Amino acid sequence: MKITVTDQAGDVHELEGLEGWRVMEVIRDWGLNIKAECGGACSCATCHVYVDPAWLDAVGAPSDEEEDMLDSVGDVKSNSRLSCQILCSDALDGLTLTLAPSAAKDF
Amino acid sequence: MSTEITTDVVVIGAGPCGLFAAFELGLLDIKCHFIDILDRPGGQCAELYPEKPIYDIPGFPVVTGQQLTDNLMAQIAPFAPEFHFSRMVNSIEKQADGSFRLETDADEIFHTKVVVIAAGGGSFQPKRPPVADIEQFENKSVFYAVRKMEDFRDQDVVIVGGGDSALDWTLNLAPIVRTLTLVHRRDAFKAAPASVNKMKELVADGKINFQLGQIAKLDGEDGQINHVHLTTDAGDLSIPATRLLPFFGLTMKLGPVADWGLELNDNTIVVDTEKFETSVPGIYAIGDINYYPGKLKLILSGFHEAALMAQAAKAVISPGERVVFQYTTSSTKLQKKLGVA
Repeated sequence: MKITVTDQAGDVHELEGLEGWRVMEVIRDWGLNIKAECGGACSCATCHVYVDPAWLDAVGAPSDEEEDMLDSVGDVKSNSRLSCQILCSDALDGLTLTLAPSAAKDF
Repeated sequence: MSTEITTDVVVIGAGPCGLFAAFELGLLDIKCHFIDILDRPGGQCAELYPEKPIYDIPGFPVVTGQQLTDNLMAQIAPFAPEFHFSRMVNSIEKQADGSFRLETDADEIFHTKVVVIAAGGGSFQPKRPPVADIEQFENKSVFYAVRKMEDFRDQDVVIVGGGDSALDWTLNLAPIVRTLTLVHRRDAFKAAPASVNKMKELVADGKINFQLGQIAKLDGEDGQINHVHLTTDAGDLSIPATRLLPFFGLTMKLGPVADWGLELNDNTIVVDTEKFETSVPGIYAIGDINYYPGKLKLILSGFHEAALMAQAAKAVISPGERVVFQYTTSSTKLQKKLGVA
């Protein structure tokens, strides 16, 4: 499966997603500008992304815990998600998203 | 006057790897002092995921971050390490005799033979709101903590956030401010329900305001804000304000470590894999903050690094002393140190 990620600088990257990986892990391991400091435990919100509106239904709604974590960043939009809470699957082949400013390593 | 402390080892960071270093050092009769920016031990385990399960600590099929911290604290208790919480090391200077002089932001000076950096992802700092040029207002009219309540008396205060810090300070400051507006992005709160109910009562009584929205921009000059601009579902909004308190939690920043003259690799400290020594002899780095080929950021790797580091530190602290390798299971000497023999 493929994921298309626009980084904070506006550069577009097409990444090969691996079934069962967290989207955050793919973005991090491909070296993009994502802090992801808690490592995927839904405990920090530094893997914050904006999901392309066309993909919101397929990705599904955030959990209560994820919503709580999103309170810790100031750039939330209606399509905000934590990328550690999105699992790669064939149903998400082509998933398109943008890294939030608050996900940057040096934010 | 500065407080001066002389010791063998200063460990910077009281996360799991730093704590276990006190055990390995203790077995070698080396006493250590901890310095940590948080107000309690545990590092990321305590701050980010105290209740989250960890499945890859050898011997523990599952343990939470807090349980692991509590167990490590019990394990090192016989060695009585000293903890200096809620402070940060500002500088490390190597002295002519090879020892080090450390200064903290709490006006302390440590003289130590060895420094162990176990600072994880760096020091925990308040998360900034995504607002341009907010730095110019920080510690003048924008604060990330309330140190003196008097600074807020008769002020127009805006508090941002939905957690316990935001709600607690809303309730505490409400009686002394001129106006107070709590801003949160949604009408649901992570804070304790009792605090939320009290806040809603104050809003109903007209004593404070609650505004749904997110902070977008600050107006002001010479460090003094005068308006906070918000984006809300109903459009943009500007609130007169003389104090802003954003409560978005903490994030890790490398901080002063970057200025200590150590060889770095992408925000981590380069070490060797025999001693876990940095490019400055006598300064060691263990746990998530170090880098070497093959490095895995796992707690168990940090434990291993702590054990080898301790052997190397012993040679610096007690040069020429013969160290006999012993097991805690069989050595009466070690068991005496642990208080079990």
